[in-house]
Amino acid sequence: MTVLTVYYFMAKVYWFPAPINDIGHEIDAQFMRTLLITGIVFVAAQLGLAYAIFKFRDRGQKAASFEGNNTMEIVWTLATIVLFVGLGLYARNAWAQVHFMGAQPGALQIEVTGQQFVWNFRYAGPDGKFGREKPELVSASTGNPVGLDPTDPASKDDVVSPVIVVPAGREVELIIRSQDVTHSFFVRELRLKQDAVPGMEIHMHFTATEPGDYEIVCSQLCGLGHYRMHSILTVMSETDFQKWMRDQEAANQ
Amino acid sequence: MVTHENGGGHGQHQPPSGFIRKYVFSVDHKVIGIQYLTLALFSVFLGMGLSLLMRLHLAWPTTHWFFFKGGLMTPEQYLALVTMHGTIMIFMVLTTAPQSGFGNYFLPIQIGAADMAFPVINMLSFWTTFVSLMVMVAAFFVAGGAPLGGWTSYPPLSALGEITGPGQGAGETLWIVGLAIFCAASLMGALNFITTLIDLRARGMTLGRLPLTCWTWLVTAILGLLAFGVLLAACILLLLDRIAGTSFFIPGGLVVTDQVITWHKGGSPLLWQHLFWFFGHPEVYIAILPGMGVTSHLLSTFSRKPVFGYRAMVGAVCGIGFLGFCVWGHHMFVSGMSPYSAFAFSILTMTIGVPSAIKTFNWLGTLWGGKIQFNSAMLFALGFVSLFVSGGLSGLFLAQPSLDLYLHDTYFVIAHFHLIMGVAAIFGMFAGAYFWFPKMFGRFLNEGVGKVHFWLTFVGVYCIFMPMHFLGLAGHPRRYFDASAVTFLQKLQPVHVFITIGAIVTISAQLLFLFNVIWSLLAGKEAKEENPWHATTLEWSIPSPPPHDNFGGVEPVVYHGPYEFSVPGAADDFIPQHLAPNLVRKA
Repeated sequence: MTVLTVYYFMAKVYWFPAPINDIGHEIDAQFMRTLLITGIVFVAAQLGLAYAIFKFRDRGQKAASFEGNNTMEIVWTLATIVLFVGLGLYARNAWAQVHFMGAQPGALQIEVTGQQFVWNFRYAGPDGKFGREKPELVSASTGNPVGLDPTDPASKDDVVSPVIVVPAGREVELIIRSQDVTHSFFVRELRLKQDAVPGMEIHMHFTATEPGDYEIVCSQLCGLGHYRMHSILTVMSETDFQKWMRDQEAANQ
Repeated sequence: MVTHENGGGHGQHQPPSGFIRKYVFSVDHKVIGIQYLTLALFSVFLGMGLSLLMRLHLAWPTTHWFFFKGGLMTPEQYLALVTMHGTIMIFMVLTTAPQSGFGNYFLPIQIGAADMAFPVINMLSFWTTFVSLMVMVAAFFVAGGAPLGGWTSYPPLSALGEITGPGQGAGETLWIVGLAIFCAASLMGALNFITTLIDLRARGMTLGRLPLTCWTWLVTAILGLLAFGVLLAACILLLLDRIAGTSFFIPGGLVVTDQVITWHKGGSPLLWQHLFWFFGHPEVYIAILPGMGVTSHLLSTFSRKPVFGYRAMVGAVCGIGFLGFCVWGHHMFVSGMSPYSAFAFSILTMTIGVPSAIKTFNWLGTLWGGKIQFNSAMLFALGFVSLFVSGGLSGLFLAQPSLDLYLHDTYFVIAHFHLIMGVAAIFGMFAGAYFWFPKMFGRFLNEGVGKVHFWLTFVGVYCIFMPMHFLGLAGHPRRYFDASAVTFLQKLQPVHVFITIGAIVTISAQLLFLFNVIWSLLAGKEAKEENPWHATTLEWSIPSPPPHDNFGGVEPVVYHGPYEFSVPGAADDFIPQHLAPNLVRKA
């Protein structure tokens, strides 16, 4: 059983896809460190258990009589503290880079809105300003899924899209929110997941480097359509992105 | 250390004669323990049945089954199964059986008491639990069916009523009410356990001579007392949001399917998550600690050796109990909580690995140099250790926020908590069942069937839950009705088929256990001697099954520690706790 498990972890038959940002590599490295430590402990503990069970099976011998050993208790307590807490402290690096700091000024801002059971993405348009939104104007059926207020001049040029397109190599700042219940924005290749919580605007940032299409899924139970709340993140070159943006703005007029 | 002769109204030595007072509304802790175990046995088969339906659907989503209307499952039916499987298993099985079931039966006997401290409250807490189960199961039969919000029932999904989905109307209300009733029942039980253990210990039963089972029941009761009060409050607030128009958990400006919610504003969905997980994390230990107690107890008894590091074990149990209250935030790394507190919660969570590792080392130390006897009870205890290690180590991944960001709410989490709080805890219960059955009913469970049951279950659960780690690594989110909408999920389908086959075999193996229990009750080998396992604790000093007030009105006196096995100079390889020093036979 142990051998089979180790094989599957080594063979990586089912594994995560390659990351498309720097932080992804950092996280994968931390994952491998954790896997190495837990792997060794796993094999040692399971085989140790199996060995003890086999060696000390009842063959008519007399059981030894000892009630403990304080030195050993102290040694393995300290060893596990160093190992586990050390691993936890080490993990700080990957965490702090994304979460202790905000995005750089000049990052491309995109507002992500979750609703049962679709994602919508809003770009500020040429003026660089997000227009006002009003809950009472939300109407998916009439093509205003995020409730843009047409009386606000800043909202005129806002682009709302059911898919998210970002330029490769440029930092993107997501502003994640939800209209109804809690959703969760998850892109495997970015190694990022963030709940979209009603009443909160949560900021998150990344810089994607590999052009391509990546799937976005919802990973917080949001109702009966949870499993089909799906969209696509497209990473493209800066020039392609500019062209896409112009097309969207033209369609908006 | 109350003496029972003058300890109040329950000092009677004659059992009640009427059927109802004796078996239904009984105040005898042994009858109540068996009632709890029966409730848990019913619930565990119900919960397994629900999971089997989910597994069948996940493996073969397009196959028509006769038991669904129209042959196919709907998404809302699937999520109702998710919710009710989790709720029934966690509350009605993992919380009741190890603590209220076995604890009720054996805690008073192991400390030398005639009954629990408050027998009537004990009866009340069982019947309150029973009502809670009925209310929850009723959710299946109301319009809209059972709720689809999962056992965590996050608002606003759970707070806005039918508008958010079928099952979120009457079904969700019944679910919340049922859970609140369960909290009340558990609070009464916890108080009773703590008082009993502190006040009713027999002469000589010092804290240092308590069996480790009793230590874990005590710590579990303390956890229950502190945790269920919080959940009760959270349930009441959620109910008020639903029926009284308050907004504890609902912010303003929500739009659900194009309908603006104008009557709620100012609440916070995160408040529920904090309250829920402040309860929810200790709940994990409520489920697993008694299993640890039973495992320690059995490893010592059946390797004929004292527990290695008794004091360290007690310290580890208390440490796990305490730290259990400091780590709820690790369920919320992606919730929008401050990244600084996430980091603090992460380090505290990694720290829990330390007492857990101490326990594992001490279990190995207990086995080391022993004379290990392989009966079904011992096999399940050894299985517990293996599962505890496997399930515990995956916790080290999830405890790191940077890794949890990817693994959160994927099948990796399902694999982790099923191995450790689901299956390991259940192995603890099976171990207890095979060990104590002869004491409770005067007959042994069949050993041959027991061993087949063990091996099928042990291999089966690994076949179910190990592959789920890989689904999680591939990014498969939890609570997904099917893979149709997501491309990367579709190539994972063979894993689902494998898991479902494992589940069918494992669940079938549990029918063996059910058969074993029924057959052994009627015609099992009789347990003629009081102490067939040559164990040391007090329950083995009285007849099987024990008489109405356990010790026949005589308070036992305790002279020894709980695990005096293979003591040098003694003729037998065990010294019962109640044996006076001058009666111990010399070699």
